Amino acid sequence: MRREEAISNKMDWVTVMIYMVMVLLGWFNIFAAVYDETAHQSIFDLSLNSGRQLIFIAASAIIILAILIVDMRFYEAAAYLIFGAILFLLLLVPVIGKEVGGNKAWLGIGSFGVQPSEFAKFATALAVAKFIGTVGFKMDRLRNQLLLFIMIGVPMVLILLQKDTGTALVFTVFVIVFFREGMSPFLILVGLAAAIIFILTLLVENQLYLYGGIGVILVAAILLGKKSIKRIALLTVGALLIAGVIESVDYVITDVLKPHQQNRVKALINPDADPLGFGWNVTQSKIAIGSGGFSGKGFLKGTQTKFDFVPEQSTDFIFCTIGEEHGWMGSFVVIVLFVALLLRIIFLAERQKSRFARVYGYSVASIFFFHFAVNIGMTIGLFPVIGIPLPFFSYGGSALWSFTILLFILLKLDAHRSQMLQRL
Amino acid sequence: MNEGRKEILQIVIVLTGIVFLVKLFFIQLLDDRYAQLADSNSIMKNIEYPFRGLIYDRNGSLLVYNSPEYDLLIVKREVTSLDSVNFCEVFDMTQDELNVKFKELRARKEYSPYKPTVFIKQLSNYDFAKIQERLDEFKGFYIQPRTSRAYATNTLANAVGYVSEISKPQLDRDSSKLYRQGDYTGQSGIEAYYEILLRGQRGVQYKLRNVKGIEKGSFKDGAFDTLSIPGHNLITSIDLPLQEYGEYLMHGKVGSVVAIEPSSGEVLAMVSGPSYDPSMLTGRKFSSNFMLVNSDTTKPLFNRPLMAMYPPGSIFKIVQSLIGLQEGVLTYDTRFPCDRSLVNCHNHPNPTNLHGAIQYSCNPYFHQSFRRIINQNKSPNTFTDSRIGLDNWRGYVKRFGLGEPLGVDLPSEKGGQMPSSNLYNRIYGEGRWKFSTIYSLSIGQGEMLVTPLQMANLAAIMANKGYFYTPHLVKAVEGADIDVRFKVRHETGIDSAYFTFVQDAMSDAIYGTAQRAIIPGITLCGKTGTAQNPHGYDHSVFMAFAPKENPKIAIAVYVENAGWGGRSAASIASLMIERYLTGEVKRKPLEAYVLKGDFLDPVVRATPAAQSVPVNMDME
Repeated sequence: MRREEAISNKMDWVTVMIYMVMVLLGWFNIFAAVYDETAHQSIFDLSLNSGRQLIFIAASAIIILAILIVDMRFYEAAAYLIFGAILFLLLLVPVIGKEVGGNKAWLGIGSFGVQPSEFAKFATALAVAKFIGTVGFKMDRLRNQLLLFIMIGVPMVLILLQKDTGTALVFTVFVIVFFREGMSPFLILVGLAAAIIFILTLLVENQLYLYGGIGVILVAAILLGKKSIKRIALLTVGALLIAGVIESVDYVITDVLKPHQQNRVKALINPDADPLGFGWNVTQSKIAIGSGGFSGKGFLKGTQTKFDFVPEQSTDFIFCTIGEEHGWMGSFVVIVLFVALLLRIIFLAERQKSRFARVYGYSVASIFFFHFAVNIGMTIGLFPVIGIPLPFFSYGGSALWSFTILLFILLKLDAHRSQMLQRL
Repeated sequence: MNEGRKEILQIVIVLTGIVFLVKLFFIQLLDDRYAQLADSNSIMKNIEYPFRGLIYDRNGSLLVYNSPEYDLLIVKREVTSLDSVNFCEVFDMTQDELNVKFKELRARKEYSPYKPTVFIKQLSNYDFAKIQERLDEFKGFYIQPRTSRAYATNTLANAVGYVSEISKPQLDRDSSKLYRQGDYTGQSGIEAYYEILLRGQRGVQYKLRNVKGIEKGSFKDGAFDTLSIPGHNLITSIDLPLQEYGEYLMHGKVGSVVAIEPSSGEVLAMVSGPSYDPSMLTGRKFSSNFMLVNSDTTKPLFNRPLMAMYPPGSIFKIVQSLIGLQEGVLTYDTRFPCDRSLVNCHNHPNPTNLHGAIQYSCNPYFHQSFRRIINQNKSPNTFTDSRIGLDNWRGYVKRFGLGEPLGVDLPSEKGGQMPSSNLYNRIYGEGRWKFSTIYSLSIGQGEMLVTPLQMANLAAIMANKGYFYTPHLVKAVEGADIDVRFKVRHETGIDSAYFTFVQDAMSDAIYGTAQRAIIPGITLCGKTGTAQNPHGYDHSVFMAFAPKENPKIAIAVYVENAGWGGRSAASIASLMIERYLTGEVKRKPLEAYVLKGDFLDPVVRATPAAQSVPVNMDME
């Protein structure tokens, strides 16, 4: 009993409040997304997503309780074990999994199913945190970096095998954690540069302009800087590499990406090219959000989402309901909530005494940030359509539990941060 | 080592939030395109077409009503897998026709794959019954009910007019902006003239629909919905039995019959021959039938009572008599010798007074009379004197409703022509014409044209002894008033005593020139005429009213290429009057004579048409 009190006293109630507000708002919006005026159904109706989400929320409460009861040392101690178990489940999915909505990502008994890929997020976060938190860990050692990339690469590949590209991409965000823990920003910058060049290649029809631009920049860089042989050679190699990326874009677009993925990229570049085909999702999503105006159409008054113009309106495109029914004000509230949560998590992470807890905290922040940025970005046409949920808002048990576990393990660690120090 | 990296991440997070809010600001607040797109996505506008007003005859018989028809609409986006073989079978078309339909659909300017667009127009009730139960086999196709015109009589086509889809130029001209492509509008006759009263008001219902087009209740609880308001019903002055009898008599003939109730100006019958069956120009077969009717060489769409113009011929002598009397240049006893040096005449007592001149239709008499009307020595210059005289004369003529459109409630009415000094100045030059230039006018020839309607109106003026009401076909509008101008009495300004005198002459004239027109027991006043036709046989003309004591009907009949007015035109007018006043026709031989339609003399017929026309000569 004393321990219970201790936890409740030390819990970061700011985060818990934000969490509760988000889950509640999410639940209302899921109801709004599936609401049918003519059907006279209540928000508790179990045949609706909102009714089922309430069960998921109730289950989350039990999960939270379990997380808080378990000894905080368990998470670090069992990190690899949990990671291994989840990897095993991911391996099982292609064998005994069931197919839902085109993706074979579910494990289940009867009508009840979970997506191991969702739980791979917190498992990987734990494993990465434990690895970096090992006494004497040095980020600048190539072997360590390689092991870290293998650690996030294995679940990525296994999830890619389930054809769930969106969830697989989430794991790239661990690069941010590595960056925080001392890895050179070179990799992030190269990745960003490659992405920019990639998009530019798609946007600029005649690639001669791009080559010309690279040439100009190269000459300028050589003339402006020190004229050492080594520097000129490095710059030239860099420019050639960029040219190689440009050349490979065409290959990637036509040969590597699957047709539906190509279309998602094309829809981002120019959604009006085929508003009924590959641009449909983005076009309809923007129409729904754009029609919300300043204060929105009002709760349950949206037309675009509940009449199915927006696809996946209670899961990946839940933000459309917010944008349509609550307008810019509603969007503002949700975005501010997310920014506040993310900043709070970073604040929590930074105040951890142990490296394990801090790395874990940054992993949580990075994963939430990726979901937040990519999900809302895609609904308003800033990002290609990548099917990942908006934390705490999107309908779905696995996603809600996964995000809840991620957050509350951090809160548990945070509550015992002074004990952590004692252990050392 | 890792100083500042926390801050970089915090800045990235805050920047992401700001970028999102700015982007949202653009699409939610600055760009209203999305709101419009959302409405066009989810709000379905169901148009409820109003019932067009019904049209009745003067006795309450229905003339024109509405019959249901159905448009087949398509929402192209919803047509995913069309069983075209099945479709062609149900809708009775070939695969090629179906392909053409789709091609036409895409070619249309307003075409959108989201919006319901008309695919097949005007399916009949019968077609609909056949299609209805199989419609669910064809996803994306819907039925929209509307109505088309239906006709209770196969007569009266030109007077009632027809209704068809509004044309592109009409749509561009329409300043009310009430019409949309595909809407029906009256194109001729009463349908066109009374379009505003007949059309009613369209109702609109805004419905919400989901992405599959399934209705999801009213938009804003129907706050913007309106019910359709039916058009006003019209009660025409047409006497359907008389109209039908008129068309029966005119069958196979070219010409017009116009009958007017003198006391009100109400048109009792308006026959234009040849005509068409009004039910041809309605429904799905409209286009092909319209081509047929429009290209017919007998011009069935030409509404002769209003649009055909003829020289009035001898009928005009009664107008000359009245003007002469009013001007004081003629008296009842004025006598002129029948001098045939300038104009021809036929054998009759000579010399004759005015009564006799009208009765025998003496050409030289009216030549002399007209000279007195024109040359009253108002000026020593004979040219100026003629100009003054003609303008004075024309002032009278205008008050008889001649020389300009009467203003009947039908579109495209022609005004005929009554020459003014301006006209002759244009032709001959100012001061270069005088009475001897224009003397043909004296007997209703020359630069003088009238419509059959104007002649019927003239008969009404004669019956009323000097005034008329503008002829009109609609005597009452349900829920609205008829135009007040139909209630205004137009005076000719000529003493009614003179009319009494001319009436007597007209009733006697029947015994001289139009014995076929005599109806036992009814005093009929009439005047024959022969409108000269340079292109063929002369046109037979007759105007009359009856009974003389209390006129109930005034009538003018034109039969083209039928020779003397005393034969076909007088017979038809007389039969019409008998039919209207007694309700039946007892003179069956006369009726048979008219129906046979063989009015020309064997001698005249033997002569080539062009040569049979004597210049400036009236045969009566």
